[in-house]
Amino acid sequence: MERLKLVLQYFQSNSESISNGICALLALISVKLYTSFDFNCPCIAQYNKLYGLGVMFVPPIILFLLGVLINRHTGVMMEEWLRPIGKRSKNPAVIKHLFSGMIQRSLLAPMVWILVTLLDGKCFVCAFSMNVDPRHFSGIPNNTGLEMTKLLAKVPCKEDAIFLNTTFRKAVSRYVRCYSQAIGWSILLLLILLGAVGRVVKPCFNHANSLQTRYWSNYLDIEQKLFEETCVLHARDFARKCVVQFFEGMRDDSVLRLPLARALITRPCRRDEFEEEEEEERLHGITRQEQVDHMLHTWYQCKPELDVTKMAYKPRACITWEDDRGRAVFSDV
Amino acid sequence: MDKFRMMFQFLQSNQESFMNGICGIMALAAAQLYSAFEFTCPCLPEHNYAYGIGVLLVPPVWFFMLGFVLNNNVSMLAEEWRRPLGKRGKDPTVLRYMFCSVSQRALIAPVVWISVTLMDGKSFLCAYSLDLDGGRFTSPGFSFENNASVSQEDLTRMMAKIPCKEIYDGGHMVVREAVTRYLRCVSQAFGWLFLLLITFAAFMIRAIRPCFTQAAFLKTKYWSHYIDIERKMFDETCTEHAKSFAKVCIQQYFESISGELPSPHGHRPHRSDGDDDSDDEEKHLSDEDKLLGIRAQDDMNRVLWNWHTCKPPLSLRRDGPDGDPGNEHVNGSAHYVQMKEMAEYTSTV
Repeated sequence: MERLKLVLQYFQSNSESISNGICALLALISVKLYTSFDFNCPCIAQYNKLYGLGVMFVPPIILFLLGVLINRHTGVMMEEWLRPIGKRSKNPAVIKHLFSGMIQRSLLAPMVWILVTLLDGKCFVCAFSMNVDPRHFSGIPNNTGLEMTKLLAKVPCKEDAIFLNTTFRKAVSRYVRCYSQAIGWSILLLLILLGAVGRVVKPCFNHANSLQTRYWSNYLDIEQKLFEETCVLHARDFARKCVVQFFEGMRDDSVLRLPLARALITRPCRRDEFEEEEEEERLHGITRQEQVDHMLHTWYQCKPELDVTKMAYKPRACITWEDDRGRAVFSDV
Repeated sequence: MDKFRMMFQFLQSNQESFMNGICGIMALAAAQLYSAFEFTCPCLPEHNYAYGIGVLLVPPVWFFMLGFVLNNNVSMLAEEWRRPLGKRGKDPTVLRYMFCSVSQRALIAPVVWISVTLMDGKSFLCAYSLDLDGGRFTSPGFSFENNASVSQEDLTRMMAKIPCKEIYDGGHMVVREAVTRYLRCVSQAFGWLFLLLITFAAFMIRAIRPCFTQAAFLKTKYWSHYIDIERKMFDETCTEHAKSFAKVCIQQYFESISGELPSPHGHRPHRSDGDDDSDDEEKHLSDEDKLLGIRAQDDMNRVLWNWHTCKPPLSLRRDGPDGDPGNEHVNGSAHYVQMKEMAEYTSTV
C-alpha cells in the first residue's frame, strides 16, 4: 500500500510524469486488448489479407487517436498555438516541443500493438499464407479438389478437416510465423537503436535552448491548471456571496432602527452574546414560514442577478443612523 | 479496503472526476454484464434476427438512460432549462455545454457494450446466419445443384440452426465452421470500424474544438460550474438556516411554556467579575441556559404534550415586542436597553 502511494505520488509530481504514466497505462491496455481479442481468420481467399492487415493496422490508429485525446498536453498545445498574441509573445519552439512530446507518447501504444501482433504471428499467417510457394513443403493434400490458393487460404484455420494426417499446414504456418517474428524483432531493434541514438545525440544540439523550452512548456501546463483551480475557488466564493445576498434581500423592509450606542458595538465581547449573534446572522432575517416559502419560491421563479458587488464590500446589514428627530444622518442603503 | 478508500478520495476530489469514475464503472459493468450474459440464440428462422439485433441494440439504450439517471447534473440541467428568467438571463450555450457533457459521459457504456458484442460475434451470427447463401459454404463432395430435393425452406431452417452447435444437423451439406468463421470475421470488422468511427469523432470534437470559440468555451465552462456550486451553496445555506430556525423556535417554545424569559445576558453582574476561566463560565451558563426555564415535572409534561397537540407557529419573535413597528422605532441611546428591561419587567408579572 505504501509502495503504491509512493508510486502514485511520484507520477503526480509533475505533468510530464503524469503523461508518461498515462501513456504506459495505454500500452498495457493495448496488450490486454490483444490477448482478450478472439482472432478469427476467415480462411477465405478474398478476405484473408484484408482481415489480417486490418487487425494489424486499424487498432493502432484507434490507440493513437485515444493517446492524443487523453494527453493533457494536447489541450495546452492547441491553446498556445491558437491564441491571439495579446501581451505575451509566442515561442514556436515551445509549441514544437509540446507537439513532439505528444506525438512520441501517443505512438507508444500503437507500436506495442503492432509488435505484439508480429511477435504472436497470427495476423501474419492469416494475411500471407497464400503468398507462400507450396513447392517447398511436402505433404500437400491433393484429394480435396481445391485449387492451391484456396488450400493455402485454409492454412490459418486449425480445425479444418482437410489438413488431418498431413504436416503441410503446420509447416506453412511455422514458416510464415518465423517471418513475422523476424520482422517484429527487427522493428523493435530499430526503434531501440533510434531511441538510444536520439538520446545520446540530443545534448549536442542546443542544450541550453532545450532546457528553456522544457521549462516553459511545463510552465504553460501548470499555469492552465492553476487558472482552472482559481476559477473553481472564485465560483465558490461568488456563489456563497450571491446566495447570502439573496437571503438578505428577502428580509422584511422594516429595518430595525438602532440607536448609535448599540450600533457601535460591532462584536459583543461575551461569548454567549456572540453565539446568539451568530444564530441571528445565520437566519439572515428570515424568521417566518411565509418568508421561507416566499424565499424558496423566489429562488426558482426569479433568480437574482449575478452581481455581488454590494455583498463583497459590505458584509453586514445596511444600517440607517438617525438622529432624535428621525432624520437620516447616515445610511448604508 | 485501504485501496478503495484511496481511490474513492481521489475520485471525490472534484465533481468532474467523480462523474468520470462513475462513467468508468459503468463501462466495466457493461463489459462484465456481457460476459455474464448467457447468449442463447433461438435457432428458428422467425426469431433469430429479432434476438440477435435485440441483444445488440436494446442494452445500449438501457445503459444510456441509466447514465442519465446516475448523473447528478441532469436535474441541474433540467432546472436551469425550465426556470423563469427572473433577474438573470439564460445562456443557451451553457445549457448546450451541460447537455453535451452529460450525453458524452452517458454514451460510454453503450459504446462499450456494442463493441464487445460485435467483437464477440455471437449476435451477428445469430441474426444473419439464415441470410447467407449456403452454396458458398458447401461441404466437400456436396453440391446444391445436384440435390434438388432440398427446398428453400429446408435450407433456411437448416441455416438458422447454425448458431446452435448441439442441434445443427446439416453438416453433410453446409460446413458450419466456415459459416461461423465468416460471420464472425464480418462482425469483428464492423466492430473495429465502429470503434474507429467513435474515436475519430471524439478526436475531432476534443482536439479540433480549440480552433473555434476557445474564449467562449472558457466562459461557458465557468458558468456551468458556477450553477452547480451555487445550487450546493443554496442547499447548504438553507440547511444552516433551518437548523438555526429550529433551534430558536424550540427555544422560544420552551420559554413560552415556562413563562420565563431567559435572563438578559448583559445583566449578570455576579458572573462578570474576574472570571478568567471562560470555559467554566460558559459551561455554567450553558447548563443553566439549557434548562430554558423548565424546572418542574409538570412544566416538562406540558412542553411534551403541547408539542404534539399544539405546535407553535413558524414565526420567530425578535428580542422585545413582537414585530410592532411603532414600538421598534426608538430614538435615544438608552432606549434599547430600556426596552429589554421593560419587557422583562412586564413578563414576570
